[in-house]
Amino acid sequence: MSDEQLQTLKPGQSPHEPEKATLEGKNKFLGFWFFLGGETVLFASLFGTYLALKDKGAETKAQELFGLELVFIMTIILLTSSLTSVYAIYHMKNLDFKKMQLWLGITVLLGASFLGLEIYEFQHYVHEYHHTFTSSAFGSAFYTLVGFHGGHVLFGLLWIVTLMVRNAKRGLNLYNAPKYYVASLYWHFIDVVWVFIFTVVYLMGKVG
Amino acid sequence: MANKTSESFEFAKKKNKEEMKHHLITFASMIVFTLIAFGMVIGDFHRLFTIPVIILMAVVQVAFQLYYFMHMSHKGHGLPALMLYSGVGVAFLTILAMQTIVWW
Repeated sequence: MSDEQLQTLKPGQSPHEPEKATLEGKNKFLGFWFFLGGETVLFASLFGTYLALKDKGAETKAQELFGLELVFIMTIILLTSSLTSVYAIYHMKNLDFKKMQLWLGITVLLGASFLGLEIYEFQHYVHEYHHTFTSSAFGSAFYTLVGFHGGHVLFGLLWIVTLMVRNAKRGLNLYNAPKYYVASLYWHFIDVVWVFIFTVVYLMGKVG
Repeated sequence: MANKTSESFEFAKKKNKEEMKHHLITFASMIVFTLIAFGMVIGDFHRLFTIPVIILMAVVQVAFQLYYFMHMSHKGHGLPALMLYSGVGVAFLTILAMQTIVWW
């Protein structure tokens, strides 16, 4: 890393795409998309398992278990957090560090409320329906798939918060811009996976 | 030189603003796709009609997310697209295989 990379960028300066202005940034960008290709396969195996084991050995079937109100609220929260992270990257491209941090902060709050609702949902299934990880094959497959997604949300939150804290005084530069950009890609990918979860698990579960 | 830089910055800023407007339209359409999907299920339509429609809504919404929010529609996304679609290809085969195992 050169000193030039660590110089704080201010509005009015070039470059316009700070995330891809250095070789390191370009490599991070490519490497991260390669990783997302792998993540797609990982989640597909969990979706495949879930579809194969849905309702198997469970007393309470998916149709009765799931409620759509909470899932709808969670969907809108996560979708909105995807938009707020777009705003963050928009301000990054305009080299406006403070606004970027602000929008990332909003993204983190939305992500945390999503996670809180998910914990409440799991807790509800366990206490009201005795639908646990070990109660049936359906339970194992459900908690593995949805829990893995929740784990991604948690990891994404910790990642973004770490970036925000670590660079709070440093401002935006060519060294950390790719890091922010890649974290926002990860956050969008979390929403991509959730779109399939609410469709395949909850909506198709309700349809039967 | 400094003047030129700030001029091109203003141009880029304007372009970014234009793009942000498109992102808002994208977001609004994604909300609509979500509402249609939930509405279909709540409306209790026939399952053979509902399931293909909600899956289509999901695929379109994900495409919007990838191409607009994740900028795959921008230049220089050839390799990312290759990697992602390879992943999607393997994903499809994985789900197909697991479904055929439990078919009967």
